[in-house]
Amino acid sequence: MANKYVGQRIKRTEDPRLIKGLAHYVDDIRLPDTLHVAFVRSLYAHARINGIDASEALKASGVVAVYTGKDVAKVGPVPCASALPGLKVPDYRVLAQDKVFFVGHPIAAVVATDAYSARDAIDLVVVDYEDLPPVVDVEEAAKGGTIIHEDFGDNIAYKLTAGEGDIDAALAGADKVIKQRIVHQRLAPIAMEGRGVLARYFPGEEELTVWSSTQIPHLLRTQLALMIGIPENKLRVITPEVGGAFGSKLNVYAEEALLGWISIKLGKPVKWIEGRRENIQATIHGRGQVGYVEIGCKNDGTITGLRYNVFADLGAYHQLLTPAIPTLTGLMLSGAYKIPAIQINITGCFTNKMATDAYRGAGRPEATYVVERAMDLVAAELGIDPAELRRRNFPAAAEFPFHTATGLDYDSGNYEAALNKAQEMIGYAKLRDEQKKAREEGRLLGIGISTYVEICALGPSQAMPAGGWESATVRIEPTGKVTVLTGASPHGQGQETSFAQIAADELGVDLNDVTVIHGDTGIVQYGIGTFGSRATAVGGTAVLIAIQKLKEKANKIAAHMLKTDAASLAFEGGRYSRQAVAAATTGVSEPVVPVGEAPAGALPQPETEGKSSLTIQDIALAAHLAKELPPDTEPGLSATYFFEPKNFTFPFGTHIVVVEVERETGDVKFLRYVAVDDCGKVINPMLVDGQIQGGIVQSIGQALYEEVVYDDQGQLVTGSLMDYAIPRATHVPWLELDRTETPSPVNPLGVKGVGEAGTIGATPAIVGAIVDAMSPFGVRHLDMPVKPEALWRIINQ
Amino acid sequence: MQKAISVSVNGVSHQHDVEPRLLLVHYLRDVLGLTGTHIGCETSLCGACTILLDGQAVKSCTMLAVQADGAEVTTIEGLVKDGKLHPMQEGFWERHGLQCGYCTPGMIIAATQIIDRNANPSREEIRHGLEGNLCRCTGYQHIVEAVEYAAKKRSA
Ligand code: FES
Ligand code: FES
Repeated sequence: MANKYVGQRIKRTEDPRLIKGLAHYVDDIRLPDTLHVAFVRSLYAHARINGIDASEALKASGVVAVYTGKDVAKVGPVPCASALPGLKVPDYRVLAQDKVFFVGHPIAAVVATDAYSARDAIDLVVVDYEDLPPVVDVEEAAKGGTIIHEDFGDNIAYKLTAGEGDIDAALAGADKVIKQRIVHQRLAPIAMEGRGVLARYFPGEEELTVWSSTQIPHLLRTQLALMIGIPENKLRVITPEVGGAFGSKLNVYAEEALLGWISIKLGKPVKWIEGRRENIQATIHGRGQVGYVEIGCKNDGTITGLRYNVFADLGAYHQLLTPAIPTLTGLMLSGAYKIPAIQINITGCFTNKMATDAYRGAGRPEATYVVERAMDLVAAELGIDPAELRRRNFPAAAEFPFHTATGLDYDSGNYEAALNKAQEMIGYAKLRDEQKKAREEGRLLGIGISTYVEICALGPSQAMPAGGWESATVRIEPTGKVTVLTGASPHGQGQETSFAQIAADELGVDLNDVTVIHGDTGIVQYGIGTFGSRATAVGGTAVLIAIQKLKEKANKIAAHMLKTDAASLAFEGGRYSRQAVAAATTGVSEPVVPVGEAPAGALPQPETEGKSSLTIQDIALAAHLAKELPPDTEPGLSATYFFEPKNFTFPFGTHIVVVEVERETGDVKFLRYVAVDDCGKVINPMLVDGQIQGGIVQSIGQALYEEVVYDDQGQLVTGSLMDYAIPRATHVPWLELDRTETPSPVNPLGVKGVGEAGTIGATPAIVGAIVDAMSPFGVRHLDMPVKPEALWRIINQ
Repeated sequence: MQKAISVSVNGVSHQHDVEPRLLLVHYLRDVLGLTGTHIGCETSLCGACTILLDGQAVKSCTMLAVQADGAEVTTIEGLVKDGKLHPMQEGFWERHGLQCGYCTPGMIIAATQIIDRNANPSREEIRHGLEGNLCRCTGYQHIVEAVEYAAKKRSA
């Protein structure tokens, strides 16, 4: 493939509609006679519902219907796709039945002629609650006490132990074993567009169309068909523009099924747009782990083993992947290091809270944070520089594929190269001197470092609950335009552009001739979706291979048209040429398809007479006209490919952060932020930078500001953006980015994935820097979010 | 009860009878069909709904439509002039100042006001000017670069 586009900073083709305000998110789609839905949601964390009186609401102006749990007892359940041995799965109905289990649990759906009337009427629905003691703390939940789902007998959804090597021997044989309790607070993903659903049923055709702001249109279609009970081929899911997701829309939600069901029931379009308060209550949360790490080391810094006992706060119900997230943490506990023995013991617990599930990073930030914090603790204990300690434990570049004691085979890597580059960029040696001087002056300067590795391109189907492949169809239309249908479902990552770059280079056509279509199950072949940093590595590869398939056919047709044999043709710059004369024709532009000369309404005819070469677009036209095809060749020029990856990919990198803690206030000021990330081959460096920057800033959010707080009654006290603080422009430093490029052998593009790297690599570097700054006070660890108050108290104790 | 209002939006004047409690953002989106102005919080915290009201950047979720009676409003749809992008729109495209695009209309409108007030803002001033606008995707750095691009382009 000649690289005219791949590897370049190509401006996004999706941007014009977005910057002009002309794009369509779910709420921007307007259908006549649409009814609006609002939800009555539980005010209590745990309560029995003794009755619901909707009579006043039904009398209110504009109200069309009110549905409660008994109306929809047969709809659902909300699915959980992860199948862990012995997993307890509560029956999750789309509206609460006789009990509510978390604040925000939907109890009733009010349908009205407009959104204001629906909103007014939910206040008129009277719910008779009998409150029950809530289970809030995850470690308490594990002990018993109040049982949330009484049939289960306890609050433990599952226990799982994983890992290789003799961990007891490894820790017993260590010179030192260091232990630390580590908390990963609950986070809210806060996509700027909340969830939204529009459903329209045509009673005559018996067809249901659901527009939803989702990452997984096809998986959603399958699940909704089962939940609602309509044939999957009568259901179309359309994902219009999606205003951010970060894993929060990698799910199947009660509201999606309900809206479909209501539309069928009423025979009209119905719409629900999630408010921000609902979004923080009832869209999945991320993280939510409390764990205990033990790491063993030799006096020279060699790590001998790592054990992590973790309590995962799953919430009241399983959403799609809830129980699977902590298992990803277990997989990544080797970090970027050679650790001969690793063990994770997971206790997944029910609590009276919203479910946790995949939030950007999904289990890997937790693992990276555990490993990187543990490495810092070892470095501090042994008095070894944290960068040096990490270097000593890296597998060398020649040791890849590298097998970990968590059972993975890292595809490729050169961890030291990334570390070296980051150290150079920041001037590490000098920085340590400066720090010494600053400390003498009484300044609290800290340097934090994280050498992370993550798991991407999810993944081989063996390891995935619903298939880990991705699909692409590429076709060249009679007019020569290239249409790419991808089963991935991008929502901000820019794959309309990056996939077009891949296609344009591989076909030798202009980028503007390529249109990438996604997110409509009525148009696109079945796909898996966009999550787990998989779209380019798996979906992009599907595009590439589909094109290669298409070209095999094009080559045959070209040979037939040029009256030569296929092997004698060379493909370059979008053109098949007879090899002998290929050089001679380079730079000569032959008339392509003489569109202007065709009689009105007729398709142009490709001219082959006397030609020594044909563009792939000439061939597409000939393939559609089908007058001049070799025998046994199907008309048309399109190909579909489902790419099944053989392994995951493992991007990595080094982040180094310099902070200063202000003595007077406990405020954390960033002085430098350097990140060297390696995500394999890069299709579009500008998009990669954007992914890294966005991810790092979400990490800054976790490290310093964000936390979903439930009080001891299970009340959500961070229910708005006033209380749940995501970073603003003034909160973040200038990020100095660079990269190394170690291709992945897992796919022919050599790409690894980059969507989550920032949220995985950054958090431990930031917290590490603050801990380092505070080390004169004997601080070795701090819990996130690290607030000025906590630091101020330490400084002033 | 309805109240008559008259508002000029992107140079076109509109007369409507509206409920007094109707939010300006809903008037723009639902009555006028200008869906480029987004809603991210309904509580004046995210800036997705930012518009210009008589030249001032305001959050249209925190105003009633009746308060805009007699005013001139510019929304994101009104920034393209004679088929040409506003320098700020161009900057966002050139510098990859958007990913999902949801915060973008409000962000662009707020950013135009930064360079209207200060032709050559520093990075710190740009960040300060964007403090009322949340973006969950970009991490802001490319947005800062986009504003720098627009400022430079405009003063060139
Ligand atoms: S919607 Fe107006 S500030 Fe968020
Ligand atoms: S681009 Fe997605 S919120 Fe800003």
